[in-house]
Amino acid sequence: MKMDASGQKKVIVIPCSGIGKAFGSISRDATYEVTENLRKDTTQTLCLALLVSGDEDSLQLVRHNKCITVDGCPLQCAEKNVKLAGGDLAGSLRVVDAYKENRHLKPKSVTFLDPDGQKMALALAEKIAKKVDGLLRNQ
Amino acid sequence: MPEAQEKKVGIISCSGEDCVEGTISRVATRLVLGKLRPNETVTICLPLFLAGGKEERDFARDYPTITVDGCDKMCAKVATERYSGKPASSIVVTDVMGNWYCSRLGPRRKLDEKSLAAARKVAEKVAHEVDEVLERWM
Repeated sequence: MKMDASGQKKVIVIPCSGIGKAFGSISRDATYEVTENLRKDTTQTLCLALLVSGDEDSLQLVRHNKCITVDGCPLQCAEKNVKLAGGDLAGSLRVVDAYKENRHLKPKSVTFLDPDGQKMALALAEKIAKKVDGLLRNQ
Repeated sequence: MPEAQEKKVGIISCSGEDCVEGTISRVATRLVLGKLRPNETVTICLPLFLAGGKEERDFARDYPTITVDGCDKMCAKVATERYSGKPASSIVVTDVMGNWYCSRLGPRRKLDEKSLAAARKVAEKVAHEVDEVLERWM
């Protein structure tokens, strides 16, 4: 498992970043909230497209580290692609599930998240962070 | 290229998560779709395309595409060529911006003014390419 300079293990968080609807943007924003803020010392992300294109460094990263995928829609492209790459898939979250739990939020904007989209991303990020903590506890 | 079909150009963005140029490619694509050429373009969800989405791959095979990549690894272009055919045009953010290089240090999550200006510049370039593609289609 990849470790930082202090020897702490890292979890790879991979969003689908789907571009057609707000849910893809929410998957991306939630991932950044985790990797740049909530659990910045124990997580990182990578380029999904680069992984699928067969980049050796990316392949090694997902095969030797625990991965959490974050998908916008039920097609779960991030999960599918990490599985295809032989990644160590340890968790899979979906924005549609966060939506079901936060039905008062109506995210619409895709390019730049609106306030409802941002709130949903934060709620999802908290779930990802908890999943990360669970994985690191069990290492 | 089918003649009787509606003229649309598919824009495929890499949306790379690991560097700011990936976010710029994404925002530029959305600006073209939403503001600059809303009636002439559609986007193709790259992760779905990569995961084997038939509709996405068929569209990219039957219609002209423009790929928008953040860096010289050109994942969107490579994937389009591999699964559907050569794009009509391919644009790389770091090329458009001259002395830029792919960086993890930039504001990947929320573009700052400099990066947003870059996204607008890339979007203008994409829109110009859309016009060129449509002109050749006439």
